[in-house]
Amino acid sequence: MTDTPFLSLAIWVPIVGGLLALATGSDRNASLARFVAIAAALAGLAVSIPLYTMFDVATSAMQFTETHSWIPRFNINYALGVDGISVLFVLLNSFITVIVVVAGWEVIQEKVAQYMAAFLIMSGLINGIFSALDGILFYVFFEASLIPLFIIIGVWGGANRVYAAVKFFLYTLAGSLLMLVALLYLFMESGGSFNILDWHKLKLGMWDQTWIFWFLLASFAVKVPMFPVHTWLPDAHVEAPTGGSIVLAAIGLKLGAYGFLRFSLPIAPDASQALAPMIITLSLIAVIYIGFVALVQTDMKKLVAYSSISHMGFVTLGFFIFNPLGIEGALVQMISHGFVSGAMFASIGVLYDRMHSRQIADYGGVVNVMPKFAAFFMLFAMANSGLPATSGFVGEFMVALGAVKYNFWVGFAAATTLIVGAAYTLWMYKRVVFGAITNHHVSELTDINGREFAFLSVLAICVLAMGIYPFPVTEVMHASVTDLLKHVAVSKL
Amino acid sequence: MNFVIPDFYPAAAELFVVAMSFVVLMTGTFLQNSRSLSYYLTQFTLLGAAVVTVYTMDGQVTLTFTNMYVDDLMGDFLKLMVYLAVAVVLLYSRSYIGDRKIESTEYYMLVIYATLGMMVMIAANHFLTLYLGLELLSLSLYALVATQRDSARATEAAMKYFVLGALASGLLLYGMSMLYGATGSLELSRIAQAIYHQGGDKTVLMFGLVFVVAGLAFKLGVVPFHMWIPDVYQGAPTSVTLLIATAPKLAAFGMAMRLLVNGLFELADQWQSMLMFLAVMSIALGNIAAIAQPNLKRMLGYSGISHMGFMLLGLVSGVVEGDRHFALNAYSSAMFYVFSYVLMSLAAFGVLLVLSRAGFDAETLDDLKGLNKRSSWFAGMMAIVMFSMAGIPFFIGFYAKFSVLLAVVASGYKWLAVFAVMMSLIGAFYYLRVVKVMFFDEPQDSSPIATPASMRVALSLNALAIAALGLLPGWVMWICDQSMLQSF
Repeated sequence: MTDTPFLSLAIWVPIVGGLLALATGSDRNASLARFVAIAAALAGLAVSIPLYTMFDVATSAMQFTETHSWIPRFNINYALGVDGISVLFVLLNSFITVIVVVAGWEVIQEKVAQYMAAFLIMSGLINGIFSALDGILFYVFFEASLIPLFIIIGVWGGANRVYAAVKFFLYTLAGSLLMLVALLYLFMESGGSFNILDWHKLKLGMWDQTWIFWFLLASFAVKVPMFPVHTWLPDAHVEAPTGGSIVLAAIGLKLGAYGFLRFSLPIAPDASQALAPMIITLSLIAVIYIGFVALVQTDMKKLVAYSSISHMGFVTLGFFIFNPLGIEGALVQMISHGFVSGAMFASIGVLYDRMHSRQIADYGGVVNVMPKFAAFFMLFAMANSGLPATSGFVGEFMVALGAVKYNFWVGFAAATTLIVGAAYTLWMYKRVVFGAITNHHVSELTDINGREFAFLSVLAICVLAMGIYPFPVTEVMHASVTDLLKHVAVSKL
Repeated sequence: MNFVIPDFYPAAAELFVVAMSFVVLMTGTFLQNSRSLSYYLTQFTLLGAAVVTVYTMDGQVTLTFTNMYVDDLMGDFLKLMVYLAVAVVLLYSRSYIGDRKIESTEYYMLVIYATLGMMVMIAANHFLTLYLGLELLSLSLYALVATQRDSARATEAAMKYFVLGALASGLLLYGMSMLYGATGSLELSRIAQAIYHQGGDKTVLMFGLVFVVAGLAFKLGVVPFHMWIPDVYQGAPTSVTLLIATAPKLAAFGMAMRLLVNGLFELADQWQSMLMFLAVMSIALGNIAAIAQPNLKRMLGYSGISHMGFMLLGLVSGVVEGDRHFALNAYSSAMFYVFSYVLMSLAAFGVLLVLSRAGFDAETLDDLKGLNKRSSWFAGMMAIVMFSMAGIPFFIGFYAKFSVLLAVVASGYKWLAVFAVMMSLIGAFYYLRVVKVMFFDEPQDSSPIATPASMRVALSLNALAIAALGLLPGWVMWICDQSMLQSF
């Protein structure tokens, strides 16, 4: 292991790149801003790759750790480190940032520098969330990442963007503020430490665990989002520009789920066990009910947004059945959903850039004019519905298997998603892509250009590779997940 | 009885300011067109006072003038912050008052005397000194609010401020006289000893305490003594609002520390519950009422009420059931809160001053519409200030809230912390609205921003300091800790 601070680089390279892009200033220098942005995004990806290649899969300990005293007054440290659970998300995030920059390349014409800067800064902050080992450092990144997305939705979003941006911000802030109180309490209980790993070892009574669990849940459930606090997501997604939707779906939703694994389960294991039936119920409602809600959507982005909520229901289900298959499956599902939902939103963005409509009814017969696009979209739609040999299948299958082990009927209910998911995705695909051309605007569409082909094919490769050979992904997380489960099984009472 | 020449050394900064005030007055009287000179002399006064304060800072607690006056680290740091705040206020207001023809030697004189009043308040160890400083500050501010003679709104605001302020001073004085009656002394440390040793008459002490807290609450502007804030903030010229909203909060904090902690610490259990009530009411009312304000000066007034409530939460959590264990942490968090509030408040009103020009006062939300299109730089700066006031991290406002909340949780008032964060969620809404109109709306006003470069640079530095201190807040917290260590 080298001493290069890869995690710090993964955080600060995009942020500094974003500030540089911002410094290019007005729209006269738009292309300069774009090149600064892509350079920073690629550099961010480049410094993240060693995190994977040099990762030691045999241990569940934190790796690439860095610790510097930050605010000595409160014993707050700039402490970073990743384990098998978080390292993949740092990579995913750095990767998605590149996709987003490319996807917004010529689509965004107004305030390009600010747009690119917002995404890059957000990318750095999100890497910070996944690698922070200090509670306050985590919180600071967690909160700060709201600002860029708020600006992104509000400035470049659709017609109802202000409502969506404010709703998104306040919903997530409400949860996080409660989490802050829980973090402060943990600081007091642990005798003055903000170190997350110290908190894992901290003995807590059942009452403390319970309310801490609820306060953390308030924050993470909103972020995931879980039923019934999911309503901000469709609004935010629909109004966000394509890049915003991609980041929100691919990365934003993973933050809450990650929080469960890093905070809720290890810090309050007994409360987690006790409240698991409730979380499982909410997850199943998300999987089934929200799946049906997705079925009736007339807006493509809204449909994918609801499908995301449904898929994230699978993730929380996987966490709270407490077996390795469930958690690993949920993690695989999170990574896969990052690619698939990112690709779905990117594809819808491709259509939207041409037609300026997200309504399914406005389309039909797209395959006749955009055959290459139709092929990509087909693959992503299949992945979204969980077809074997795509990444979508692996995670869902593992979680469903784990759920059957936990309780047959839970597993049975979860597995229905494979049907509902296929129904809403493929039906939408059929109405948009197949059939006769009814809208004359569709007949004027042009097929994807080189830039679009590039990012869609990169996403397609990821989706297929993960579906066919998921071992490189599961291998990394295995030791950490096993250790986490061992930890959760021991009561803190 | 021999007359002993008092030790002037601890009060050197105050004496310097007094001497300079005469110089400014003389130049104003005998030189024509001396406005510019007065401005620079005033800035020089503040700079000189800062130098003297730093030079005479010895880390000791020194009493002088027969124990009426105290020079300690907390006082020195608070005074330094006051100089800084007043200097920035003057820098921001210069072109504004020039455009409105209210720039005059008298204006600067009043600012100097207000500063002197704050310094005396901060350094008081005696009820009379405290009252003297308070009145010097208040009278200067009343006059400053009324400085725009032909403006009906400003005159009305000045009247309200004066009448209510006089009432509050009366309450304070009445409370002080009762405490004198119960303890037989006006000197804060003697009062503390007297209460500690013999207890005094409980009823009289309580009565006195209630009146003192009421007077203090008025000066801090917390509910239910907040009525003057919105009207005065809105009615006064923005340059004066800027002054009222910043430096005096530091002095009021100093006064609260002197009165409640140095003087009446033995009654902590009693004043705590009063302050807690004031804090809870202020945080709730300040945040909720701010939502309905289309006028930014008014909105910032209400937001200031809630911020002062938050600061009081820090003071409240110092002592739990007689245990002083949490005191240091709590008081230093309150001081840090005041400091960061002053920094943010300076920048927020500073932006309004940047957008104002001759014949036009930027003060409503509409005036900020589409600022990002007119000037992305200042829109960005204002966004930093607003996010910071809302307590979103990487800005100093988060650490201010954080340290106060930590003190609150540490002292066991977990649910108070939950209440406070829920109220700051409401607060986030109206701060976000400012960001919203700046970034998401179309501009209504397309005139270019024409303010002197010095002011733009200062404002930018101010806002960037909010961001930079958000990355590295540790040393400011350390300063606050050091100042508080001497009080115990």
